[in-house]
Amino acid sequence: MSERSSNLDFKVLDEILETYEYKKSYLIAMLQKVQEVYNYLPEDAMTYLGEKIDGVSPATVYGVATFYAQFSLEPKGKYVIKLCDGTACHVRGSMPVLDAVRKKLGLTNDKSTTDDGMFSLETVSCLGACGLAPVVVINETVYPKMTPDAIEIALESIIKQEKEA
Amino acid sequence: MTNLSINIKDEQQKALDMIKSQGLRVLVCSGTGCIANGSLKVIEKFRELGANVSTLTDYDKMTIVPTGCHGFCEQGVLVLIPDLDVTYVKVHVEDVEEIYHSHVVEGKPVERLLYVDPNTQQPVYKNEEINFYAKQTRTALANCGHINAESLDEAISARGYEALAKVLEAGNPDAVIQEVLDSGLRGRGGAGFSTGLKWKFTAANRGGKSYVVCNGDEGDPGAFMDRSVMEGDPHKLIEGMAIAAFAIGADEGYIYVRAEYPLAIKRLRKAIADATERNYLGKNIMGTEFSFDLHIKEGAGAFVCGEESALIASIEGERGMPRPKPPFPANKGLFGRPTLINNVETLANIPVIILNGAEWFSSLGTETAKGTKTFALTGEVNNTGLIEVPMNTTLRQIIYDIGGGIRNGKKFKAAQIGGPSGGCLTEEHLDLTLDYDSLAKAGAMVGSGGLVIMNEDTCIVEVARFFMNFTQYESCGKCAPCREGTKNMLRILEKIVKGKGEMEDLDRLEELAHTVRNSALCGLGKTAPNPVLSTLKYFRDEYIAHIKDKKCPAGVCTAFKKFEIDPEKCKGCSKCARNCPVGAISGELKSPYTIDQNKCIKCGACIDNCPFKAIEKK
Repeated sequence: MSERSSNLDFKVLDEILETYEYKKSYLIAMLQKVQEVYNYLPEDAMTYLGEKIDGVSPATVYGVATFYAQFSLEPKGKYVIKLCDGTACHVRGSMPVLDAVRKKLGLTNDKSTTDDGMFSLETVSCLGACGLAPVVVINETVYPKMTPDAIEIALESIIKQEKEA
Repeated sequence: MTNLSINIKDEQQKALDMIKSQGLRVLVCSGTGCIANGSLKVIEKFRELGANVSTLTDYDKMTIVPTGCHGFCEQGVLVLIPDLDVTYVKVHVEDVEEIYHSHVVEGKPVERLLYVDPNTQQPVYKNEEINFYAKQTRTALANCGHINAESLDEAISARGYEALAKVLEAGNPDAVIQEVLDSGLRGRGGAGFSTGLKWKFTAANRGGKSYVVCNGDEGDPGAFMDRSVMEGDPHKLIEGMAIAAFAIGADEGYIYVRAEYPLAIKRLRKAIADATERNYLGKNIMGTEFSFDLHIKEGAGAFVCGEESALIASIEGERGMPRPKPPFPANKGLFGRPTLINNVETLANIPVIILNGAEWFSSLGTETAKGTKTFALTGEVNNTGLIEVPMNTTLRQIIYDIGGGIRNGKKFKAAQIGGPSGGCLTEEHLDLTLDYDSLAKAGAMVGSGGLVIMNEDTCIVEVARFFMNFTQYESCGKCAPCREGTKNMLRILEKIVKGKGEMEDLDRLEELAHTVRNSALCGLGKTAPNPVLSTLKYFRDEYIAHIKDKKCPAGVCTAFKKFEIDPEKCKGCSKCARNCPVGAISGELKSPYTIDQNKCIKCGACIDNCPFKAIEKK
């Protein structure tokens, strides 16, 4: 790795590679760690892993990264809103909740992160909390039995909290 | 007979003594569902109060035990106090003080926090008398909610690792396989293949390196039994895997858990570390020749990884795409070695079978489907949650006896079973037993056990579209029938719910469905058409209503709705007309406006902007 015009900290990546002994079978785990650090997968980081891991090319890393829904190639918001649209949530009205979030944050089907980088919205297929449908998870907090009004109040309180901070 | 370095009966006694020394035990559910409802705060408050032990009369102290999922998530936070066998439901942190003073100190249950039977309107005191629990037979879930999920000792007190000790002491792997064969256990993850046979096929390759893999990639939307086992009783799963490894001659195993289950991952990690430290896992288990190392692999969000060959690819660090079979994993699986893959619930049944015997297990269920099955009962029933019943239980018993009937006195319309790979059941199937063969005959499948109950307000065509949208999105794209077939089936379904369907579409849909079913590479593609085929079979009228009559009988599909302005309420402010993106609204200022139904795209912008609530969606 000679000249590389990147502001990534390659030491961090080396540590991750060390932890998983440069093993190909741990590629997914390594990408998860990278995403934990950067909040997304920077292209340079994927290339670096591809060059360092035996039997893997940067293209393979890219292939794996784009296969799994968990990985994002774009920076995500500070608050990641995961809206469950599993069967139980769908039947109990997850779509009106989705519309309410989009409306509140000015997001659309094609635009999933707010301009200020505060919120990202994604739908997931099941969070396994079907008894509490419809469910929304914002970062680590689970919001049970959501309605369009309830989610608006929840978002409002986060926005207020951010403003005060 | 092999001598073990651990006497499991002594360990059990020690664990039971430890539990006795805890005094009054208060079990607070801390499964994902109850944590969402605030169980951590409830635990904290109890602990705060429990610090003052001198006020207790019958016990010298109180111990708060955070447990795994009780299954009755909707009623969370659930608090179970075993001394009087009372379960409190919907407990908030504000209620804790009252429970403490009344129940813990004075021994009087708090009536207002008891579960109220929806049929009799009477409060129910005892846990086993709550209708939701009364008709269940819990084996795989037996300990969930009754032990501290993070304590190895509590697992041992509930006979954890006794089955492993039993098979290691007997030292006969073939006898273990025979026992599993005799039990009649079939895979609980979907296809329902005989577990004993799978073990036998893998064991035929004994001698070299082989693996045991647990499929914890519970991706079916609407199913959460595997999460509950991993979160609520992780040692039972670990024990089941160790027994499997002993039987087939493996020394290494992986649990593949989906990334959406962080709590399950955390508890499994702790359980593996604890079990290894006490020699229930790792090198020379209980002083025998048998060694078994267990690792966790986190998924990264791909439904297709629930398919065993795709799951293997994912553990190897690749894109999780299925591989053609044969070779089957039993011969050539993980890293090219013989591999046994079982689902979480299947493995959780193993210790129970070893302890109680194949005969006991096979006495439950039907002729071809033995034992119990968990179902995630959700949707429009009064009691939603996780249940476990013998496989000869009927749909009616589940909905009305356990589920407490349909919510708000509405009418039962259909049950969707087995997630996106399954099918739907109707009123005529209410007395059908939910086992592999009767469901297959009805065009559905047990699948992982997701059971979503729908009432008259659910549009079946929309549900079929929903599932097709899911499988189409999750299709990995490797084989053409699934990649293209699901896409085109979805396109037709979208056309129908948008009111643009033609009668020929139904034939096209059926033809496509059969083609995909017969030619897709893996289980995902082969079963993707099931929801379409079964809804076409039982609810063809509803499809026709969408196509011919341009009506959605359930009143769900927006395309068939009309937006109308109530001339009584309209003040003629023109705000709706200015906000209409297609110029469908016209009128004169200060007199009622009208909507041109031919131009209207039903976006709802007018409703959102009307200051007088004069616009209605009909």
